[in-house]
Amino acid sequence: MKAITANNSFLRGISENKQEFLLKFLILGLIYALAFFTRLYSVLRYESVIHEFDPYFNFRSTKYLVNEGFYNFLNWFDDKSWYPLGRIVGGTIYPGLMMTAAAVFWVLNHFHITVNIRNVCVLLAPWFASNTAMITYFMAKETKNSSTGLVAAALIAIVPGYISRSVAGSFDNEGIAIFTLLLTYGFWVKSVNTGSILWSALTTLAYFYMVSAWGGYIFIINLIPLYTLVMLVTGRFSERLYIAYCTFYTIGTLLSMQITFVGFQAVQSSEHMAAFGVFGLLQIHSFINWARTQLSPRAFARFFRISITAFAALVGSALVLGLATGYISPWTGRFYALLNFTYAKDNIPIIASVSEHQPTTWASFFFDLHILVFFMPAGLYYSFTKLNDANIFVVCYGITSVYFAGVMVRLMLVLAPVACILSAIAISSTLETWMKAIKPNLRKTKNTVEYTGQKEIGYVVVTGMTVMLMLYVFHCSWVTSEAYSSPSIVLAANQPDGSRIIFDDFREAYRWLAYNTAEDARVMSWWDYGYQISAMANRTILVDNNTWNNTHIAQVGKAMASNEENALKIMRQLDVDYVLVIFGGLTGYASDDINKFLWMVRIAGSADPNVVESDYFSPEGAFRVDSEGSSTMLNSLMYKMCYWRFGSVYTDYGKPPGFDRVRSVEIGNKDFSLNVVEEVYTTQHWLVRIYKVKDQDNRA
Amino acid sequence: MEVKQIFDEFWTNYSKTPQLLRIIDVFLGYILLTGIIQFVYCALVGTFPFNSFLSGFISTVGSFILTVCLRIQIGPRSPFKITKQKAFFDYLLANFILHLWVMNFMG
Repeated sequence: MKAITANNSFLRGISENKQEFLLKFLILGLIYALAFFTRLYSVLRYESVIHEFDPYFNFRSTKYLVNEGFYNFLNWFDDKSWYPLGRIVGGTIYPGLMMTAAAVFWVLNHFHITVNIRNVCVLLAPWFASNTAMITYFMAKETKNSSTGLVAAALIAIVPGYISRSVAGSFDNEGIAIFTLLLTYGFWVKSVNTGSILWSALTTLAYFYMVSAWGGYIFIINLIPLYTLVMLVTGRFSERLYIAYCTFYTIGTLLSMQITFVGFQAVQSSEHMAAFGVFGLLQIHSFINWARTQLSPRAFARFFRISITAFAALVGSALVLGLATGYISPWTGRFYALLNFTYAKDNIPIIASVSEHQPTTWASFFFDLHILVFFMPAGLYYSFTKLNDANIFVVCYGITSVYFAGVMVRLMLVLAPVACILSAIAISSTLETWMKAIKPNLRKTKNTVEYTGQKEIGYVVVTGMTVMLMLYVFHCSWVTSEAYSSPSIVLAANQPDGSRIIFDDFREAYRWLAYNTAEDARVMSWWDYGYQISAMANRTILVDNNTWNNTHIAQVGKAMASNEENALKIMRQLDVDYVLVIFGGLTGYASDDINKFLWMVRIAGSADPNVVESDYFSPEGAFRVDSEGSSTMLNSLMYKMCYWRFGSVYTDYGKPPGFDRVRSVEIGNKDFSLNVVEEVYTTQHWLVRIYKVKDQDNRA
Repeated sequence: MEVKQIFDEFWTNYSKTPQLLRIIDVFLGYILLTGIIQFVYCALVGTFPFNSFLSGFISTVGSFILTVCLRIQIGPRSPFKITKQKAFFDYLLANFILHLWVMNFMG
C-alpha cells in the first residue's frame, strides 16, 4: 500500500517507509500484549493454578522432566498410575509441551529470574498465544499483503475459539500446538511462494515441533498432500511446489519418526499414506515433464504409454498386497471417527463419552467465531477473485477445517486461525476499496471510476465495518470472561445477597489424601479425576484420563455399578485402599459421578456382558434415583457412596431431607448400611467423598 | 517406435546438457544405486532394526530429492533468480539437517 506524501504525514521528518514500519511495529506490539493479557482473567480472579484435568498430567510430567532430566523423562515408566499395569509415559506422550515449559524454566532460571515451575506452566499458553498472533501476521502477509496480516493478527489475538484452549492455566497440548501448526503452515506458504530449499527445511523443523506437540499433526500431513494434489489437478504445478513438497515430505517423515509415540506409524499407517501417494505422484509428474523436454513428441508419446502401464500395475499390486497382508494398518479409531462419525457411538463408547468429541452446534460456531462466521465466506470469495498458490492453500485449509469443526467440538480450535485469516482477507479488501473512496484522489488514473455519493457510501461502509469489529471485541471479551476462564478445579457461585462462595473441595480432598494416607495407598475413582489425584495427592491410582486400557476402566466401572459384595471382590482383586467419588447433590454441581454413572455402566457393559444398562433404569425406562429407581441402581456401590448419610441432610427450603439438588428429587434409598467401605472424609460442601475399603474381619 | 530408438534419441539430446548438470546426474545415479542396494538387502535379510533401515534409506531418498532440487534451481531452464552460491548453501543446510537426524535415528 502506498502512503500519502510526506507533507500530509502524521510525523514530519520521517520518511514514508519508516512511518509505515513504526506503525506496523506499534500495532503488532499492542496485539502481542493484548493476546497475553486477555487470557489472564482466571489468574486475576482466583489464583495462578492449573485448570481442568489433562493439564495436571502435563504439569506432573514437566515437574518430573525438570527434576529428573531429559533421558530419565524419555524412559519414564510410571508405576503410580494404572495400577497394577503401570504406564510407559516416555513412549506414549507428545513431549513438546513439557520440553517447551522445561526449556523456558531453565532459560529463566539460568538468568536468575527464579520463576516457579507452576507459574511457567500456567503462563506458557498465553505467551504462545501472543506468538501465534505474530505467526498469523506472517502467514497472512504471505497470502495477501501486510495489512491483511495486521487484521488477521488482531482477530486471532482475541478469537474465543482459540482462547478456550489457551487461557492462563490451561497447560495443554493445544496451547502450543496451534502456534506450531501455524508456524508450519506459514513456512509452507513461504516455501511454496519462493521455492527455496531453506524455507522448506525450516518448514520441516516447524513440522517436527508440531509432531512433538500434538496428535493433530495428522491434519498437516494430510492437508499439504491434498493441497499439492489440488494444485496438480488444477494445472498449477511448478518447480517451487515440487521443491517445497519433496523436501518437506522426506525430511519431515524422518523427523516425525523421532517422536517415540509416532514411531514407525509414519511409514506404516493409513493416515500417512496419502502423503506418500502424492510424493510418488509428484515424482512421476516431474519425471514425465523432464522426459518431455528430452525427447521428440512421437518418442515421448510411446515412452509415456509404456511407463504408465508398467507403473500402474506396480503400484496397484503393491497397494493390494500391503492392505491384504495388513502391513498397512487401517485408520485407527480416533481418526476414523472423524470420517465416519457414527462409528464411535456404535463401537467405542469411551470415545463417544468425551464431551469434546460431540458434534458442534450452530450456536457453538457463532459463540466461538462471532463475525468471522460470515466474513469467512466473503474471504473465500475474495481469494477466488485473485487465485494464487498461497490463496489456494488457505482455501483448502479453510474448507477442510470447517468440515472437521462440524464433526467434533474440540476441532473448532483448528478452524479459528483460518477463519481469522480468511476474514482478514475480506475485511482488509473491503476497507482498502472503500478507504480509497473516502480519501481525496491524488492519483487519477484511467481506471478510477468516480460516481456521485462515493464518499458518503464509503463513510457508511467503513463505519459499518468499524461497528462490527467493535462488537466483535465486546463479544470476545465477554466470552473470555464468562465462559472460558473457569479453572474447573475451583468453583464459585453467587449467593442471593451478592457475595461469592468459593468451592475449593477438590483440592481439599486431594490434600487430605496426600497428608492422611499411606505413601503407597491405592485410590480408585472414575478416570476423569485420575490425573488430578496423581498430581496433587501423589497417590497410586487405577485409571486416569489417558484411557488407554478400556478393559481396566470397565473393571472400575463394574465395581462402581455392582452391589457391595461383587464390588468388594473386584476391589480386593485390584488392591484398592481408598475410593473417591464426586457428589454434587448438596451444592447442585451437575458434573458429578451420578450423572456420569450411565457411562460407567455402558463402558463396563462393553467389556462384561453381565452388566446390563437396562437394569439401572426404572420400569418405565427412565434413569431415576428416587423411590421409582430400579433396585440395581439403588443398591449399587456408587449410589451408596454418594448418598451415605445424605438422607438426613436438609438441602433446600421446604424440601424433605435427602433432596438431591442436581436431579431435583428426594432420594429413594435413605436407610442403608455400608458394609465393605467406611467413610473417612467428606469435604466441606460434600463435593468429594473418600471411603476406605474395610479390612477383612479377624474372625472368619 | 522401438525402445532402442527412444533411447538413442534421448541420449543425443542428453549429451547437450552442460557438464555441471551431468556431474550432478552422476551423483544422483550413485545415490539411486546405494538406495537400491539397501532396499534389496532389507528385503533379503529382514527388517529387524527397522529404524536403522529407515534412516539409511531415507538418507538416500532425501539426498536424492535435495540434489534434484539443487539441479532444478541451478539448471539452465531454471525459473529461479537465485545465485549458485545461495542455492548450494541452502542445499548444504538442508543436507545437514537431514543427516543430523539420520545419525540420531540410526540407533
